[in-house]
Amino acid sequence: MADNENANGKPEASEGIPAPEGAANLIDTDYVIGQDNISASPMGIDVDLHGKVFAVSSIVVLFFVIITLALQEQVAPLFSATFSFLTGNMAWFFLLAANIFVLLSVVLIFTPLGKVRIGGMDAKPDFSYAGWFAMLFAAGMGIGLMYFGVSEPMDHFQAALGGISTENGARTDWAPLGAAEGDEAGALALGMAATIFHWGLHPWGIYAVVALSLAIFSFNKGLPLTMRSIFYPILGERVWGWPGHVIDILAVFATLFGLATSLGLGAQQATNGLNDLFGIPDTNVTMVLLIVAITIVAIGSITLGVDKGVQRLSQLNMGLAFLLLAFVIIVGPTLMIATGFFKNLGHYLTYLPALSNPFGREDANFSQGWTAFYWAWWISWSPFVGMFIARVSRGRTVREFLIAVLLVPSLVSVLWMTSFGSSGISQLLAGTFEGEADALFVMLAGLPLTEITSFIAIVLVIVFFITSSDSGSLVIDSITAGGKVDAPKPQRIFWAIIEGAIAIGLLIGGGLAALQAAVISTGLPFTLVLLVGCYAIIKGLMSEPRVR
Amino acid sequence: MYRKIMVPIDLAHIEVIEPTLETVADLARHYDAEVCYVGVTSTTPSSVARTPEEFTRKLEAFAQKRAAVHGQPVSTHTIASPDPVADLDRDLVKAIDEVGADLVVMPTHLPKHIDVIMPSHGGKVATHTDVSVFLVRPRKG
Repeated sequence: MADNENANGKPEASEGIPAPEGAANLIDTDYVIGQDNISASPMGIDVDLHGKVFAVSSIVVLFFVIITLALQEQVAPLFSATFSFLTGNMAWFFLLAANIFVLLSVVLIFTPLGKVRIGGMDAKPDFSYAGWFAMLFAAGMGIGLMYFGVSEPMDHFQAALGGISTENGARTDWAPLGAAEGDEAGALALGMAATIFHWGLHPWGIYAVVALSLAIFSFNKGLPLTMRSIFYPILGERVWGWPGHVIDILAVFATLFGLATSLGLGAQQATNGLNDLFGIPDTNVTMVLLIVAITIVAIGSITLGVDKGVQRLSQLNMGLAFLLLAFVIIVGPTLMIATGFFKNLGHYLTYLPALSNPFGREDANFSQGWTAFYWAWWISWSPFVGMFIARVSRGRTVREFLIAVLLVPSLVSVLWMTSFGSSGISQLLAGTFEGEADALFVMLAGLPLTEITSFIAIVLVIVFFITSSDSGSLVIDSITAGGKVDAPKPQRIFWAIIEGAIAIGLLIGGGLAALQAAVISTGLPFTLVLLVGCYAIIKGLMSEPRVR
Repeated sequence: MYRKIMVPIDLAHIEVIEPTLETVADLARHYDAEVCYVGVTSTTPSSVARTPEEFTRKLEAFAQKRAAVHGQPVSTHTIASPDPVADLDRDLVKAIDEVGADLVVMPTHLPKHIDVIMPSHGGKVATHTDVSVFLVRPRKG
């Protein structure tokens, strides 16, 4: 049968041995992983790629980069118009879908389905709790916390304090819900609740849905670790054809450009920080050197692999982040942070129903410009983060997985936002918050040992980019290799270099922000993918044996 | 002189390691040694097997087929790794101790320029173990 032959026409080595039964419930398919792959050795370098997915995504990537660079003035408004249309008119859809993801994830924790083990009943976890959690967090939101930890609580606080302003019956202010004009305590509560809302259960619910559906269909059902596999319950064998190719190509697109644009924007911000701290010139040359350095370290890390490379860097990151957090808590407004943690958790839960309501919102600017933007952003990152989380989560039960992916990171976000946000806001109220640089660096400048903490902050930003870049390259490589995680190493290096090259190209040629709008626009199709994922999770889990 | 020969094999590319398998068969008969076939698989589904358990069965079946050829006792050892490409060398070195082998026979490719940045697995294993390692190159022509 043709299905049992690989691209070279050689029969697969393993004929006629039946799959195991019992412990995990494999899906019966004739598809052999890698059957559509092309393996060759150009210039002595071995490659093993899914021909169609690799070819089309490479062409699409090239096409987009050229278009964005050549026709910048024409495409920039097009991309941002698409994006405003989506957040403006589809906000209800993003909000509603995200609520579904959170509800499903929370409910699953408490149902008997939570007892299913990823990878089959007897599977053992591949990573320790500490290493696993560090990787989840570093891939999921590390970098964002650095940028928004201080600025977002302050923005919402100020907007809420400013109260409601209207023009022609429409609200022109950006305050969440009904604002809290002139009420400092109320504005603080609302501002923190709104920030935590954007960094709490909802983003992690989005990641959890993607990761769990991929993990179940790959480890328990035996399908390749690639986005198309979660469509199996709906499309059946057709996922191995073009419908599946399209899903995978879209995932490559979102991951590659999401990473490249973030890498570019991140390099700009890190350069600002370096300029502020050491007076290093804030030029294109510095940014390009920074991207080259980040790419080189990322290549080193993926060459060492998940265990020795990505895991170690993620742990280093968590260690540094914890140090910075502890420093801010001890040196900053300790009492305000300590009591704030529980208060903000309370405010978050109090405001959660109102903030997550998809219909009839009075605060259109906030719910569309902030919330819908965030949801689209998290969703466009979800193929990458979700696939990476899936890959390192084998051996955990569904309950364990959801607690670790949903509840623990949400609590960490509450603590982080409370610490950094409270410090910023208390400086603002005391009138000591002043400076030109990024809000994080201004806040750190208001605390002692500024040079050391700012330096740690810059290092953290850079290392978070490295961990994003290396886990992203692993994910893209596995999608373009038809779900193989054991494709030759040079392919991973190839993708890491492409990411860096695109970032540099767009940074120098311009168009980073425009392309980011395009990436976030992939949030809409992926919301549909995720809704299918919800169905797939339930369907997949129902047919699995449960741990006693 | 040798009691247990460890043979790392790649079930996805069995056809290219034929010279190694023949060498192993001759050596095993000569020294009256046991042959332990070691396979490394990803924990995610791969082209060979969809779970590590399925992989072990296939490895077992393969070993039995080889036993029928050379008549020496066989055993198998499966290494399931989340990232087999990166961890291969370390995993193999660890396996030498775990299975208690005193000779490793493994296939390797001809030296090529990329070895400078990514050394061959055989070379890497040989530098990190104290047992004898026999690297089998592909046949010429």
